[in-house]
Amino acid sequence: MPEYNIFQYDVLIIGSGGAGLRAAIEASGAGVSVGMVCKCLLGKAHTVMAEGGIAAALANVDDRDNWKVHFADTMRGGQYVNNWRMAELHAKEAPARVRELEAWGAVFDRTVDGRILQRNFGGHKYPRLAHVGDRTGLEMIRTLQDHGIHQGIDVHMEICITDLLKNGPRVVGALGYDRERGHFKIFQAKAVVLATGGIGKAYKITSNSWDCTGDGHSLAYHAGAALIDMEYVQFHPTGMVWPPSVAGMLVTEGVRGEGGILTNADGKRFMFDFIPDNYKAQTADNEEEGWRYTQGDKNARRPPELLTRDHVARCIVREIKEGRGTPHGGVYLDISWIKKKLSNAEEHIKRKLPSMHHQFKTLGDIDITSEPMEVGPTTHYIMGGVHVDADTQMSDVPGLFAAGECAAGINGANRLGGNSLSDLIVFGKRAGEFAAKFAKENSHGKIDNEMVDRRAREALKPFENSQGENPYSVQRDLQEVMQHNVGIVRDESEMCSALDHLKTFWERCAHVGVTGNRDFNPGWHTALDLKNLLTVSEAITRAALERKESRGAQFREDYPEKDERLAKVNTVIRKGENGTMQVQLEPLPEMPEYLKEVIEENR
Amino acid sequence: MKTAVFKIWRGNAAGGEFRDYTTGISEGMVVLDAVNHIQATQANDLAYRWNCKAGKCGSCSAEINGMPKLMCMTRLSDLPLEKPVTVQPMKAFPLIKDLLTNVSWNYRVKKRIKEFKPRRPDAPDGTWRMQQEDIDRVQEFRKCIECFLCQDVCHVLRDHQMHEKFIGPRFLIHVAALEMHPLDTEDRIEELRNAYGIGYCNITKCCTKVCPESIHITDNGIIPLKERVVDKFFDPFGWFWRRLKKKSDSDNVKRES
Repeated sequence: MPEYNIFQYDVLIIGSGGAGLRAAIEASGAGVSVGMVCKCLLGKAHTVMAEGGIAAALANVDDRDNWKVHFADTMRGGQYVNNWRMAELHAKEAPARVRELEAWGAVFDRTVDGRILQRNFGGHKYPRLAHVGDRTGLEMIRTLQDHGIHQGIDVHMEICITDLLKNGPRVVGALGYDRERGHFKIFQAKAVVLATGGIGKAYKITSNSWDCTGDGHSLAYHAGAALIDMEYVQFHPTGMVWPPSVAGMLVTEGVRGEGGILTNADGKRFMFDFIPDNYKAQTADNEEEGWRYTQGDKNARRPPELLTRDHVARCIVREIKEGRGTPHGGVYLDISWIKKKLSNAEEHIKRKLPSMHHQFKTLGDIDITSEPMEVGPTTHYIMGGVHVDADTQMSDVPGLFAAGECAAGINGANRLGGNSLSDLIVFGKRAGEFAAKFAKENSHGKIDNEMVDRRAREALKPFENSQGENPYSVQRDLQEVMQHNVGIVRDESEMCSALDHLKTFWERCAHVGVTGNRDFNPGWHTALDLKNLLTVSEAITRAALERKESRGAQFREDYPEKDERLAKVNTVIRKGENGTMQVQLEPLPEMPEYLKEVIEENR
Repeated sequence: MKTAVFKIWRGNAAGGEFRDYTTGISEGMVVLDAVNHIQATQANDLAYRWNCKAGKCGSCSAEINGMPKLMCMTRLSDLPLEKPVTVQPMKAFPLIKDLLTNVSWNYRVKKRIKEFKPRRPDAPDGTWRMQQEDIDRVQEFRKCIECFLCQDVCHVLRDHQMHEKFIGPRFLIHVAALEMHPLDTEDRIEELRNAYGIGYCNITKCCTKVCPESIHITDNGIIPLKERVVDKFFDPFGWFWRRLKKKSDSDNVKRES
């Protein structure tokens, strides 16, 4: 029989990126005991990779900005299928959350008059992204970490959670194992916050870390919570394409915010060719105006390179498919051209985009101050996730909360760059606050020891099967299938074939084997992560099949247009009585009049 | 396909050995690509840390051909591949398994350092004003990704194992970022001299050499901190001035009350 260490907290936070840390700080501040488990070491979560900035209508650079414009931008970018209340709270509260980071020691780049500097980004009408060069995520996670370690939070590093534990309808804790020794741990908690981030590792080409395996999505689903919007996977338009070993690595949108342009193999700046109707009024129609916008001219409109990510990614795919791609199958992203405009261009690029300069120089032998980069789309983010109440972030399961990328609603069909970091701190705070409140109003629930034993035995099964299949092979085949069949361009037959494949992957997953013992054994960890990857992959595929239209990040070749009937529904995924995955369409909450007016004012 | 041999240390605190793994290599590969491939195909239980594979998280620190480096930022094309590439764990920390070391000491040290304490906001809306040139240095220090390679290579920690008396270059840079932060009001100079052990650093600059973020750890961080310690504790004129000032300050306080 396995043995367990037992820990007891009022609030358990699963995940230690921006949302998890912010939730932990808030819950601890509310006077409850808080435990936080991290899959990796503290301060290494995927937030660390965020580059461009945090979107917040501080109006430090353009005083025309305010929450209403940010709200309208977010809804337009999300094709109006966002949860309006989350978008409203996010736009209103982001500025206070950013200022709070400064009070905790964050050192953002400055304006001439000494305030927090803001930069341009895709889909944002005004310069709105507070940033630190192109390493904003590092600044944010380090600030939260260095503040958080003094708030009395118990941090458990390198722990993986395998199951949420329930008592009746309510969540009462979680079961996990420590990676170092492979020992099982029971975390009993009155409230649990999921802050586990994304699902990028379901795809072959991704900007995500090894640990972005959809754990929170999967834990919530298997515990009976609903997932929404799972078809909306964001493919970031600019990932590295060469050399092969770095394919998918992110190239920040900040490059385009600072004036970078996209060109094809013929040297043509192709983004001017097609500008969607709902962005025509606010997009430049010539190169000169676009340049003036990036240099802060308030009378200029933004260049088409700064259209939303779903659109830019599709334009890049079109160029490549129609034979105008680069030798390595991408397009060119060029920031070096600004030397025609600025005398100190080289210095300027190194100062504004230091990580990009370093990344291309070290890994690609490219000097971005003098030559263009080759880029193509990469799996970056999932808009879909756990369905939560907008104000409290509680899921359909009492006591189970979710925040950040693993929760859904704020972004609709497409996320604007910069809205993720602000999402983490706005809704991380709310999740922490309301989880603490829930914990104060409820007592500990009973842990079902029999279930714990059963789950732990299941988790150890791969050790009984040392001749079984290598878990990495199953993971690799899954990534290939998702990449090719449920990627940036989708159609019914390919996705149905993906479902057939998924069925065989589930079978293979049940028979994987691991060698060695339980001491820090990545083969075993990979075997256990497979269940999460398969769950989210199936959810993405089923939701994408159900939405028979193209909207935002979902592009279907067999239904290339928007369908008005689908403009007012979410896809909802639930685990059925018989254990199979159910998908249905459910109406979006109706937007109140005052917000409809805000959208009209900002057309 | 071209191949290369990697001599990877396998074992735990009780003992171990280098084992050879041969793997295919292609253009642009870094050491982490090769190690990941070996793990996925030949040694599923090979233990090491990595996350971002982009030089941003500082997880995949190891000693490659004897040099402390990030595996994700070390190109194979920069290594002599006609002989095996050795990959071994950081030496300054206790070994857990294979390339994985116990770095928890670093987290305990950071918790001991007095946290950021800002002055009152400058503006009525609760915000501060800082000039870019006043934060350039602090931003340099805040580039640190906590890979702990500087700790690994520091003689005081690596060879003399003085982890209880000396916080190491990573945390001297952390203190420097706090002390030079324009908004911070805390004083950590006494701790620098005693609890943090800055005197043990004899500025050999090994830390600066291995920093993947090219932070000028010694010149821009440690030496200015040493000067502050000297100013406070070993400058007789400064000492006399502060005595005087303290006295007159307390006189003023008395008069006001």
